[in-house]
Amino acid sequence: MSAATPILEVEHLSASIAGQQVVEDVSFTVPRSGVTALLGRNGVGKTSTLRGILGLIQRRGIVKFAGERIDTMQTYRIVQKGIGYVPEEREVFSKLSVAENLELAERQKNPHREFVARLFPDLVQRRDQQAGTLSGGQQQMVSVARALLNDNQLLLVDEPTKGLAPKIVNEVADALAAASKTVPILLVEQNLEVVRRLADRVVVIVGGRVAHVGDAAATLDDADLVRRLLGVHVGDSAHGGIAPARNAGEGAEGGQHA
Amino acid sequence: MSSVVLVLITGLGVGALYFLVASGLSLIYGLMNVLNFAHGAFIALGALIGWEVAEHTDAASWWSFLLSLVVGAVVGAAFAAFTELVLIRPLYQRHIEQVLVTVGLSFAAIALFDGIWGQDLHSVKGPAWLDEVTVVAGAHIANIFWVLIVAAVLVLGGLSLFLRKTRYGKIIRAGVENRAMVTALGIDVRRAFTLVFSIGGAAAGLGGVLAMHYMTGVTPEIGSSLLIFAFIVIIIGGTESLVGTAVASVIVAVLQQFANTYLWGTGDFIAIVLLPIVLLLRPSGLFGKRA
Amino acid sequence: MIAMKLSFDVLRKSGPFIIGAVLVIVMALLPMLNIVIPGVLPGPTYQPGSLALLSLCMVYAAMALSYNLLLGTSGLLSFGHALYFGAGAYGLGILLSRTGLPFWVSTGVGLVGGLALALLSGAVALRTVGIAFAMVTLAFAQTGSLFVSRSSSLTGGEDGITVNTMNVPAAFVGILNTKNLYWLALVVLVLVYLVALWVDKSRLGHVAAATRENELRLRVLGLRPFTTKLIVFAIAGLMAAAAGMVYLLLQSGVGPKAVNYDLTVTILVMVVLGGVGYRWGAIVGGFVYTLLDQRLTALAQSDAVDSLPAFLRVPLSQPHFLLGIVFILIVMFSGGGIAGTVDSRIRRRDWRRAAEAALPRAGGDESVARPRLRP
Ligand SMILES: Nc1ncnc2c1ncn2[C@@H]1O[C@H](COP(=O)(O)OP(=O)(O)O)[C@@H](O)[C@H]1O
Ligand SMILES: [Mg+2]
Repeated sequence: MSAATPILEVEHLSASIAGQQVVEDVSFTVPRSGVTALLGRNGVGKTSTLRGILGLIQRRGIVKFAGERIDTMQTYRIVQKGIGYVPEEREVFSKLSVAENLELAERQKNPHREFVARLFPDLVQRRDQQAGTLSGGQQQMVSVARALLNDNQLLLVDEPTKGLAPKIVNEVADALAAASKTVPILLVEQNLEVVRRLADRVVVIVGGRVAHVGDAAATLDDADLVRRLLGVHVGDSAHGGIAPARNAGEGAEGGQHA
Repeated sequence: MSSVVLVLITGLGVGALYFLVASGLSLIYGLMNVLNFAHGAFIALGALIGWEVAEHTDAASWWSFLLSLVVGAVVGAAFAAFTELVLIRPLYQRHIEQVLVTVGLSFAAIALFDGIWGQDLHSVKGPAWLDEVTVVAGAHIANIFWVLIVAAVLVLGGLSLFLRKTRYGKIIRAGVENRAMVTALGIDVRRAFTLVFSIGGAAAGLGGVLAMHYMTGVTPEIGSSLLIFAFIVIIIGGTESLVGTAVASVIVAVLQQFANTYLWGTGDFIAIVLLPIVLLLRPSGLFGKRA
Repeated sequence: MIAMKLSFDVLRKSGPFIIGAVLVIVMALLPMLNIVIPGVLPGPTYQPGSLALLSLCMVYAAMALSYNLLLGTSGLLSFGHALYFGAGAYGLGILLSRTGLPFWVSTGVGLVGGLALALLSGAVALRTVGIAFAMVTLAFAQTGSLFVSRSSSLTGGEDGITVNTMNVPAAFVGILNTKNLYWLALVVLVLVYLVALWVDKSRLGHVAAATRENELRLRVLGLRPFTTKLIVFAIAGLMAAAAGMVYLLLQSGVGPKAVNYDLTVTILVMVVLGGVGYRWGAIVGGFVYTLLDQRLTALAQSDAVDSLPAFLRVPLSQPHFLLGIVFILIVMFSGGGIAGTVDSRIRRRDWRRAAEAALPRAGGDESVARPRLRP
């Protein structure tokens, strides 16, 4: 429908941390609806791409949000344009209570507190608990909730299921699925099952550049392609049983260091 | 017995003074990673302006005393806000340069104060009650110590309330933990920087005026000598919580008073030597929140 | 065209050396010349007043060079460098008055003492990094400063000590011999410069510089940043002690200000003024600062300033206020200081000449790594 301009356009983005270039030359777009998964092996620069888009690290290149250049703006202005960010390490404020964490994230008059409360009833119960004392899954819920409180035009979500128990993985995926009905999401995710469930499109980064863009299901069905791009072995069964991506990913990383 | 009480209560009083100076320094370092060497100049300006207030009013009266405290705090806050806006902000995220600029500011400001007020001691005679003593368990405690303790408790209470209850307080607490994430929530954290500098400056100005009454006089150097103890306090107490700063202030000051009384006046040495010892036991420093 | 480029390169390489050598010779000859530089020197160059001022410039230039080894070469922000200067000055002063040791032996003992102090305190301080390092060095210097002002029987307390001339060679005593002290200061400055040059060019300096940029990577490569930094720190301390000794002789004494935190800040101002990371910048910074300080003090006492309204007179009568402002402006607007600015001018001019000669621009020349103040 309104496929006119993508919500996010990234052209020749490079980014560096402490003077070291970590994203080389990345270009892709995110349409105005649905979930776009950003995939790639460990350390390929997915997190850094998201942080570069948000201006959290030094970046060069063109980034357009709803048609407007945001690549020289300060982070807080970019976010105020309508972007929600769920960082890889959750980054809840551990000394603040759950309620305070959520309160700080509210940018508008009528934040969607009920919506968030329905998605994560746990957090309502624990509103006065210090966020640092929550379990990993609960912290992730706080982190996701912070992004869902406002009317955003785009969510940047970085490995939301990393290190979570299967049950929690599903809960987080449910929440993202619910959110994706109203807001487009750029999702970094290693768990290919979650990707398969949520994503419409995939963008794959290899060696600092975009190597593949395509339909999510079609890409994931191509076991050979997945292995080549992600170094992940798709399960032997032809039915698309996918081996836990996490283990494969970590294996690859361990291999690099050895 | 009475001399132990004396050491404890005077230690508490001096610790209160350290806390007043260190609280702002600790907030600034915690939030912005700037070790503010200009803090001594904030203290000095507060004290010198407080002295002017005392000179031009009836210094022996309580309302003059209170007025000098208020004016000292306001002047300290204004000077600090100016520093943040004009010198610190343009060097956003360049921590070493920010530190250097505060070093330069303190160098220049203290020279300027020397030019205006001269290097001689300007004495002050506040309300007579301050010089009198109250006897506690046989120890004769000068009343100024009570004033110092009350002021520090009020500042600690006020700041804690502010940090817990207000939105800016929460932003500051969150920013001390993870500044980048605060901006990633769409919050302009730099406003909190200015605010924190102003608060720190107010506490420093207030501390300066009180230090002047404690020492019954003031020179432009008054801040420099307090500053090093404030550094020690925030290294020992860390920048995580104000209560930590308060506890460290009392520990350092009591230790110092104790050594001054019982260990041949070596209090300053011992306090300063604490600094490398603590840093060595925690190599990244109690400073290093997360590397 | 290639010939042009070659001669150009030769000139550029040997130019600084020739300029440096000429400057040293000129400096060495100054006491025999009658040069008047109004507004800079109080009198003709052969007069003791001018020579004493120039000697002081050289002492501070040596001190600044040693500090540049820390901040410029190794990226170490120390707030305690005055400690080693004070140790040199007080050490020699006390040895001369308390022991019967011959002068040169006292000097040697003093230098070894300064080196040992720097090694000891450096070994402790270098366990920390960044602001913590600044704090530990500050604490050490503050301890030294307290010690000096408290233990008055040894150090003379607030009054300081005066040199016991009995044990000093006659050539270094008295106003008439100022020119000998001047030459001594020049020799020390040249020696300090050569050591700094050697450090910067040696493997040691390269590792130190690499530490500055990225310590982690060095560890991965199996290099020992700690040892490297400690050696550089100790060398810088030794240089400072040497500078302190010349200072003692020059001033015929030393006071607690020589161990003060303020002195460290003054040196820091000189280095930033001259340009962090430039050896010649440190020297220029030391000279410019010292001369400005003297001249501004003279200006402050002049009638012209005295007749100004208070809002102008007060700031103008405080040299440190003006120098502090200059320092702030340099940090904020031109991190490179004097040397950095000149250097980038030259580079730009070279580049334009090269372009005019239709030569391809030498790759990467422009981006020669200079230590930024940034960590
Ligand atoms: N703080 C840092 N300092 C230096 N290099 C970093 C830092 N963080 C990440 N990197 C490097 O940047 C590259 C990309 O990292 P990242 O964006 O986190 O990858 P991904 O999210 O795809 O796993 C990696 O090679 C990593 O080693
Ligand atoms: Mg990542």
